[in-house]
Amino acid sequence: MAGITGKDRTLTAYADTLERLDAPKGRSLTQDAMRRLIANRAALISIFLVTAIVLIAFVGSYFVPWDGTKVDWGAIRKPPNFESGHYLGTDQNGRDLLARLLQGTQMSLIVAGVATVVSVVVGVVYGAISGYFGGRVDALMMRFVDIMYALPYILFVIILVVIFGRSPVLLFVGIGLLEWLTMARIVRGQTLSFKEKEFVEAARAGGAKPFTIIMRHIVPNLTGPVVIYATLTVPEIIIVESFLSYLGLGVQEPLTSLGTLISNGAPVAEVLPWLLVAPAIVLVTLLLCLSYIGDGLRDALDPKDR
Amino acid sequence: MFNYATRRVLSALPIAIIAVTVCFFILRLAPGGPFDGERALPPLVLQNLRAHYNLDQPIWIQYFNYVWRMIQGDFGPSMVMEGFEVSELLAIGLPFTLMLGMTAFIVATIIGVIAGIIAAVNQNKWPDYVLVLAVMLGVIVPNFLMGALLQLLFGVYLRWLPAGGWSGGNWLQLVLPVTVLAWPHAARISRLMRGSMIETLGSNFIRTAMSKGIGERLMLTRHALKPALIPVVSYLGPGLSYLLTGSLVVESIFGLPGIGKYFIQAALNRDYGLVLGTTVFYVMLILVLNLLVDLVYAWLDPRVRFR
Repeated sequence: MAGITGKDRTLTAYADTLERLDAPKGRSLTQDAMRRLIANRAALISIFLVTAIVLIAFVGSYFVPWDGTKVDWGAIRKPPNFESGHYLGTDQNGRDLLARLLQGTQMSLIVAGVATVVSVVVGVVYGAISGYFGGRVDALMMRFVDIMYALPYILFVIILVVIFGRSPVLLFVGIGLLEWLTMARIVRGQTLSFKEKEFVEAARAGGAKPFTIIMRHIVPNLTGPVVIYATLTVPEIIIVESFLSYLGLGVQEPLTSLGTLISNGAPVAEVLPWLLVAPAIVLVTLLLCLSYIGDGLRDALDPKDR
Repeated sequence: MFNYATRRVLSALPIAIIAVTVCFFILRLAPGGPFDGERALPPLVLQNLRAHYNLDQPIWIQYFNYVWRMIQGDFGPSMVMEGFEVSELLAIGLPFTLMLGMTAFIVATIIGVIAGIIAAVNQNKWPDYVLVLAVMLGVIVPNFLMGALLQLLFGVYLRWLPAGGWSGGNWLQLVLPVTVLAWPHAARISRLMRGSMIETLGSNFIRTAMSKGIGERLMLTRHALKPALIPVVSYLGPGLSYLLTGSLVVESIFGLPGIGKYFIQAALNRDYGLVLGTTVFYVMLILVLNLLVDLVYAWLDPRVRFR
C-alpha cells in the first residue's frame, strides 16, 4: 500500500538527498584562509591582474608582430599606430615599444622572483637559527641585523652593483642579500615561541638533531608569515631594481627592465610621452596589485591582527 | 637622561666603525677600479697612479691611514675628478642636501600629522578616503617615477613650476623636489598618526575630558595630541634616513647640486675614493641624526630611558 499516501516517495527523496550530502567535513586552516582571501575583492582582482601581467609578459612576446631588438626604419619615434602593428608606438631607435615593454616586464619579474627567493632562504635560515639557539648566539646574530638596519641600505646596493659590474645575476643576488633583514626578524620571533611548544620538545626527546628540528618541525610552521612577507618583498625588490636601472646601474642594453624603460622615457617625455606612460602604468599596476595581494594574504592568514 | 644619552652614543660607535670597515674593504678588495678605462693603461703609468693614491701599500696600512685621516675630517682624494678632495666635494654638496632633506622632513611631518588627525576625526568619511588614496600613491609610486610625472605635468604641460635645476634662491625650483621627497614620508606619518589618534580618541581620559565639556578643539590640542604623537616620533629616525638617501635620487632627477649628484656620478665612474667617502659620510650623518631623534624621543617619553 505504499503508493497511496505518497509518504514513501517523499521519504525516498529525503533519503536520497541525505545520501548525496557528504559527511560534515572540518575546514582546514588553509581552506579558511582561501575563503577569506576570495572574499577580499581587491585582493582577488589583484591576483587576476598580476597573473595576467605575468602571463602576457612571458607568453605575449611570441604573439607581438615586432621583435624588441629589431629596428623598423620606417617608424622611428612614432606614436601608437594600429596599422603598422606598433600598438604602443616606437622609441628613438625605431624599436617596438610593446615588444620592449614585454621584455622589460619579464626582466623585472625575473629579478623580483630570484631576489625574493634569495632573501626568503637567507632570512628564514638566519632567523630560525638565531631564534632556536637563543642566548649569546641570538644576541650576536640580532645585533648584526640591527647594525645592517642602521646603515643606509640603498648605498650598499649601489656599492655592490658597482663592484659586481652590472651582471644581472649578481644584481639579483645582491638585492636579495640585502632584503632578508625583516624576514629574519619575523622568523626569529616566531621561532622563539615555537621552540617552547610540546611538539618541538617531543622531537628533541626523540633524539632529533637541532638542524632536523629547525628544518622539519619549525620551518614548516612558519609558512604563513613567510608567505605574507615574501609577497610584500616582491614589490619592494621591483622598486629597488627599477631604481637602480633608473640610475643606470641596473639592467643594461640590449636587455631592458621597467626601470630602464622609465629612465629612457623620462627625458624625452615632453615629445614622446608614450615612452614614459606605458612602462609607468605597468609598473604602478604591478606594485599596487602586489601590495593588495600582500595585505589580503595577511588578513586571510592572520585574522587576529585585524 | 645623561646615562641614556651616553648609552646611545656608545651603541652608535660600533655601528660607525663596522660601516667604515665594511665599505673600505668591499671597495678596496673589489675587482676593477677607477683606472680601468676603455684602453688598458701602460703598466708604468698604472704603477705611478697606484703609488700616488697609496694603493700599493698593504691593505691594513691603507685602512688605518684612511681611518686616521677620516677622524681628522679628510676623506682622501677623488680618483676620477682630478684635483678634488672628497671633503671639498662634500662641503660643496652638503648644505644643499641638508637644506632639501630638512625642508622635506619638516613639511612632510607637519602635513602628515595634520592629515592624520583630520582623517582620524573624520573616520570613514570622505577626508579619510582622500587620505587613503594619497597615502597609496605616496607609498606605491617610486620617487623617480613620481618625479618624472610631476615634472611632465607641472613643468612641461601646465608650466606652473620650473621642471628642475637650481639657480640659488629661486624657491619655486624647490617645490617639485620637496614634494617628491616628502610625499612618501608624509604618507607613512599620516597613516601612523591616524591609527594612534583613533586609538587615543577611544581611551578613557578623552571621554572624561569630553564629558567635562571642554569642546573638541581643546580636547584635540590639549589632551589627545601628545600621547598620539609618540608612534610618530619613533618613526622620525628611520624616516629621516629614508629622506636623506631618497634625496640622492631626487637630486639626480631634478639636476640639483647636492651630495647625491656626486655620489651617483662617482658610482657610474667607479670612483672608489669618492664612493667610499660619500658613503662613510652619509652613514655618519644618518647615525648622528638618528641619535638626535632618539634623544628627543627619550625626552618626550620617559619610559624609553629605562628600557
